[in-house]
This record gives sequence, C-alpha cells and structure tokens, in this order.
Amino acid sequence: MFAYVVRRVLATIPVMAVVALFVFSLLYIAPGDPAAVIAGDQATPQDVERIRESLGLDRPYLVRFSAWVWDILRGDLGVSIFTNLPVSTMIAQRIEPTLSLMIVTLILAISIAVPMGVVAAWKQGTLIDRAVMAFAVLGFSVPVFVVGYLLAYYFALEWDLLPVQGYTPFSEGFWPWLENLILPAIALGSVYIALIARITRATMLEVLQQDYIRTARAKGVGQRAILFLHALKNAAVPIVTVIGIGIALLIGGAVVTESVFAIPGLGRLTVDAILRRDYPVIQGVVLLFSFVYVLVNLAIDLLYTLFDPRIRY
Amino acid sequence: MLRRDLMKAGLAAGAATGLQRAAVAQTPRARTLRMVPQANLTSLDPIWTTANITRNHGHMIYDTLYGLDAEFRPQPQMAAGHVVEDGGRSVTITLRDGLRFHDGEPVRAQDVVPSVQRWMRRNPFGQKIASVTDAVEVVDDKRLRFRLKRPFPALFAGLGQVSNSPAFIMPERLANTDPFQQVREAIGSGPFRFKADEYNSGSMVVYTKNEAYVPVSSGTPSLTAGPKVAHFDRVEWHIIVDAATAAAALQTGEIDWYEQPPPEIQQLFGRNRNIRVETIDPLPLIGILRFNHLHPPFDSKAMRQSILPAISQEDFMSAVVGTNPRDYRTGVGVFTPGTPLANDAALAPLTGPRSIERAKELMRAAGYTNQPMRLIGPTDILAPSAMTQVGADLVRRLGYNADIVLTDWGTTVQRRTSREPVERGGWSMLFTAFSSFDFANPAAHFPLRGNGTGAWFGWPTAPRLEELRDAWFEAPDLATEQRIAREIQEVAMDELPYVPVGAYMSNTALRNDLSGRVAGLALFWGIRRG
Repeated sequence: MFAYVVRRVLATIPVMAVVALFVFSLLYIAPGDPAAVIAGDQATPQDVERIRESLGLDRPYLVRFSAWVWDILRGDLGVSIFTNLPVSTMIAQRIEPTLSLMIVTLILAISIAVPMGVVAAWKQGTLIDRAVMAFAVLGFSVPVFVVGYLLAYYFALEWDLLPVQGYTPFSEGFWPWLENLILPAIALGSVYIALIARITRATMLEVLQQDYIRTARAKGVGQRAILFLHALKNAAVPIVTVIGIGIALLIGGAVVTESVFAIPGLGRLTVDAILRRDYPVIQGVVLLFSFVYVLVNLAIDLLYTLFDPRIRY
Repeated sequence: MLRRDLMKAGLAAGAATGLQRAAVAQTPRARTLRMVPQANLTSLDPIWTTANITRNHGHMIYDTLYGLDAEFRPQPQMAAGHVVEDGGRSVTITLRDGLRFHDGEPVRAQDVVPSVQRWMRRNPFGQKIASVTDAVEVVDDKRLRFRLKRPFPALFAGLGQVSNSPAFIMPERLANTDPFQQVREAIGSGPFRFKADEYNSGSMVVYTKNEAYVPVSSGTPSLTAGPKVAHFDRVEWHIIVDAATAAAALQTGEIDWYEQPPPEIQQLFGRNRNIRVETIDPLPLIGILRFNHLHPPFDSKAMRQSILPAISQEDFMSAVVGTNPRDYRTGVGVFTPGTPLANDAALAPLTGPRSIERAKELMRAAGYTNQPMRLIGPTDILAPSAMTQVGADLVRRLGYNADIVLTDWGTTVQRRTSREPVERGGWSMLFTAFSSFDFANPAAHFPLRGNGTGAWFGWPTAPRLEELRDAWFEAPDLATEQRIAREIQEVAMDELPYVPVGAYMSNTALRNDLSGRVAGLALFWGIRRG
C-alpha cells in the first residue's frame, strides 16, 4: 500500500509537468495583453510598449517558459503582474474561503443526497421516489447562479435571515463563518446533491436485488440495518467515485458561486486573473487545481480499499 | 439595524443588557464606510497605470500640490502659495505647514521634485510642462522652483490634474522609481492611509483615517480643492463584481455606497426609500467612435466624413443609459458639455436630420469599393459594449464589408494596439468612453491629438490640431482658450480623428443616511453619516 501511494504521488510529477506546459502554451497563444490592461484606456502605444518591456513580456516563448519552470522548481510561483504580490500570497489569501465553501458544500451534499438516494431506492416507484427524482432533475437543470439569486432574494433580501454576500474567516467565530456559507453552499451543492442522489439510488437498487440482502431479510435483519449497514456499504464504491469526480464540478461551480455571493476565493481570483491576463496568477492557480484534483483521485482510490476489502494495491 | 443583527443581539445578550450591547456593537459600523467601487483595485501606483480605480485609490492616500475645484480652477492644496518671477519664467512653490507622510516623515521639496519629475515622464500634460521647463529644483525643504523656458499659465492646472495620473506626491525613495515600474509601497500624505495588511485584491481594500492629516484651513470642499476632512475612521472597498449581489447588499445595508450601478439596477433602487441615486459627476462622460487612420477605408478623410449623417448620438446614448433624456446629452462636440470650452462650432453634420441613405451616397462618392473593415469592441464593459453593439448595427446597415469582433476587454485593448492592416489582424473602428475630466480641455484629451504614430490608438495625423493644442497651453485668458477651442472643434470635425457619439451621466447609489459627498468622482472626504 505504501509503495502504491508513493508511486501515485510520484506519478503526479509528469502530470503536473504536462499541465504546466499546456497552461503556459495556451496563455502564450491566447489573445490579450496585460501591458495594455495596466496602461489603461488613456495610455499611448509607446506607454504600452514600455510597460511590456519592463514586465519581460517581449521575451521569446522559450526564455519565458524556462524562467517560469526554473522558478517553480525553486518553489516560487512568481509575482502578480498587477498587484506586485507573490502568487503564493494571493493563493494563501484566497484558499480558506474556497476550502470552506467546498467543505460545507460536501458535508451538506453528502448528508442530504445519500439518505435521499437510499430512501428513493427503498421506496422505489412510490411518490417519495418520484419526488426525489424530480428534485434531482431540477438540481441538474437549474443553473447554480439562478439558485443563488433565488436564495439571496428570499433568505437575505426578503427575510433578512442571512447575509447577501461576503466571507468571514473561521478565526472570527464559527457562526459568522457558517452564516456566510449557508446560501452559497446550498446553491453550489444543488447539482452535486442531485448527482449523488441519483447515483446512490441507482446503485442501491442494484445492490438491493442481491442474494445476501434477501438472506439478511430472511434472517429478520431490520430494514434500517439492511439499508445502511449491508446495502449502502456495498454500494459505496460508485458513490465515492462520483463524489470524487464531483470535486471538479465543485471547483467549476465555485467560480460562479463565489461571484454571485462575493466570496473572495480562488474561483474569483482565477476569473479576475484571466480577464486581465495576469499570467503568473493563472498559471499558479491552475497548477494548484490540477494538483488538488490528482490528490483527490488518489484519496478516492485509497478509500476503495476501505469499502471493498477485495481491492488491494 | 439588520433583523439578523437583532436576533444575534437577543441571543447573545441578557434581557437587561441586550440593547445596550447592540448599540455599542453598532458604533464601529457607524464609523466605517462600506462601498462597492467601480472595479477591482489591481494596481496601487497611479502613475504607472491610468486606470480610474487606481486614480481613485490615489486620491485616498496621496495629495497634490494643487487641487482643481468644480470649475476646474487650480487652488493650492499641498502648496501654501507660489511666487512668479522673471516675467513668468520662474515659479517658486512653497509647501504648507503640517504635511507629513503616513510613515511619519515630513513632506519636503526633496520628495515633491522627484514625484513631479516622475509624473512628467508619464502624463501628457506633464510631458508638455517638461517641454517648457529647463529645471525643477529644490530651493530648500519647503520650497521648489520651476525654471521655465517661457511663461506657462497652465502649469498649476497641470499640477492639479484630477484624472489620468494626477501629479500625486510620494516620498522621495518611492518617487525615484522608474515610471514604467510600479512603486513597492503605497505611502502618501493624503487624508487616508492604505492598509496593506488587509489588502486582498479582488475582495477588499481598506483605508483608515490619517489622524495626522492637516486639511487646508479655508474654502469648502470642491472636487479636489478645499479642505479634505475625513469623517470616517475606516473606509472599506468591497469588490462585488455581480451587480445584483451588490444591489442586494446595498438594500440590506451591508454596504453604504454602490459607485456605478448599471441602469437597470438604478431603476430598482428608485423603489427603495432608504437609497438615493444621484449623478456622481455633474458633468457627463463622453462616448467616441475612433477610426484607424493608418489603413483603408478610414485613412481617407472623405470616408470618415461619410459616416456622419448616419450617427445618431441619441441611439448610442440610449443603448448606454436607457431612454430617459435626463441621463444623456446629444449635440456633443469634442469638449465635455457644461465645461467652459464646450461649444457648437462645426457640429451641423451631427445635429441635422439623420440619414443612412445620405451616408451611403457619401460612402460611394468617397470611393468605397467594398474594402474589408473590422470593428472591435468589448462585451464586458458596459458603455463601450453598448456603443459597439449600436455601431455594429450601423456599419451593417451602411453596407460595409464588416468583420465585427467582440471579445473581452483584455483582448480588445490588445487588438487596438495593432497597427497592421485588417487582413493582418488590424482594426478599423472601435468605441470607447472617457471621463468628463479627460475632455475638459486639450491637455489630457488623447483622442484629439493629431501627432500620427505618437497619437492615441488610431494614430491620426492632423498638424493643425497639434498647433492649436500648443496655442491653448499658452493662452493667457479664458476668452482666448474658448476661441482656440472653437477652432479645434472645427478642425476636428473636418479631420475627424474620432466622432463624438454623445455624452451620458454616471449615476451612483447611496444609503440615505450619507450626506456631504463631494461631487466629481468617488472621493471620501466630506462624506459623513447623518
């Protein structure tokens, strides 16, 4: 197992190298010029050119790429073209809100979606099942920003129960922290809940047809124990896989959610950096996201062994 | 007080002390001004970038030797006064007492001179001053001297320029930074201090009141002139990119001021009695259609002129701010409506009956033979985007062989730097907007320059415009300035470096408990709660 983990961690290196090359090349050929954005609308072409030179943007592709890779190998993600702040500092400023949003969304989604899926499978064909499926279709169909606006309108504007926007660090207290995350987490989690609920239901339906479930019932095991101890554990592998895949969904959704609820997270940082062509920040954040995604996949693979002892690495 | 605050107060406090605690908790909030600015503050050096948001940041923390009042008259700000000698060729400025930078150091002439010199290398008005200046020198700690080649009456107006990189004064060690590099710290001597430790670009910018600031002792606040008295201990800029979210935050009282709500949001605020919408600047912004003068079809003056009968300023402005005539101006020339130099010379081609057919006739007479043209414009900046949409429709109706390229702003500003012909990725036409300050006089009026490849994007060559601009700088009085301004407009409407497509008001929205806002731009002195 240990050797497997080491191998997988080492395997992230070529993956990250490919991502780095891809991201850098894509940005190099993409239109847009940070010097022109910096100089502003009133700048002359000469001003733009001087700024471009001072930022080193006039250097050839290979020179810029080599310098960037060399910096990364030394643990330096570079400095933002605009703010003059180290990219690592900017990421550090933004990681807590995004991480908080992800965690609250994950907890919320799993604690709602898994029981929903289990109950829908148990009550297959009934009104409850149809209601769960209808909710799932709705969750898939309604865009995150629409859910976000509706929640903000009712819970913040109309009823004044929760704040419209912003983020309070965890260090300032649990409730202030959670208060700002409830609406965004529900908005972001709506698709995720729908996805997990559907997969849980489908997998549970398959498992509930198995002989050992029939045997358990024949032995007089209670319904709750059958569902949550026998069936759910055996249905867990595909559910965990979907939860893992859903992390990417959450990263994408976080960009929209952070915009709607003005949460200063990595999603907003990425969009802002792309719009103004802040290359070092874009490269740093994309590298971070891909690294996280590789790690999440590794964690999911390791979780398989927990739920299915037959799996060995 | 918000309902949830009350709930929290009720939960947290005992019955006897609950309301008292709530009142105490409200005090810091009352001393804090929360505002959603027009854009994210990404760069902190207002000399390095001309971005308006960085200019606003500059007015928070820096001061200028002279301020401009609402009539654009220069008034001493950091200066106690000046002495003009040697027939106007020597100007000695004395700094007023009590000026200190935020790091506690006194402001000396040794700080002012490199600050002005750095500004003169980047700013067009400053470059003009540099061209008539033999030297800017330190006389002693309190005095600096401009040794001029000849009298230059516009010197003080230049030093007090409000927009497009004002001549902000920085400590000597920062002012010595290459003007094409960003300064590393944000330390000024202005009424607010920048909280670097709380700066989170894209999220929050925080300023605190500069307790050591000594405002000028007389006058009333007027644009950047007069006493800059800060009434809030803390000012927070909350960067909220989503207009609906910012609107909701203003309605719930989470923020106090929303600098630039879009027109549809302004209508929403009209129904809320806790919010008022007012013009941020009594003067309008101006929209322009810019031609690329280097390549066909608009390298031909006749081709540029042919489009005039089809330009409806009302159409362009309605697209930007809606159909309420209160919010826009038509019959707009090359200077900001409402300013002393605005005039109606040679505007007949823009104000007579509008006719697409007439424009088509003129196009044919000018020799248009279906050459390709490219209109570039952004989709993510409100006014230029709306004007580009109207322009795109117009060039299609006129029958141009048009390639309409709509991208994000970052791409547009890159593409407009291209001097290549259309077939090699160049452009022919674009739309953008400028603030009232930029077009108030010829000094900062980029699109009016006719200095060819040295001019603003589009690169028109119009030597007469340059001569008139130079003459304006030397004008001894307003009457002469106005005469020159009329002639500039006549030449501009003939050469057409650009076409004015109207002017529009920029509105701002505030909670009703705020008063004393200084008009012009987002300034934070004068404004108070109550």
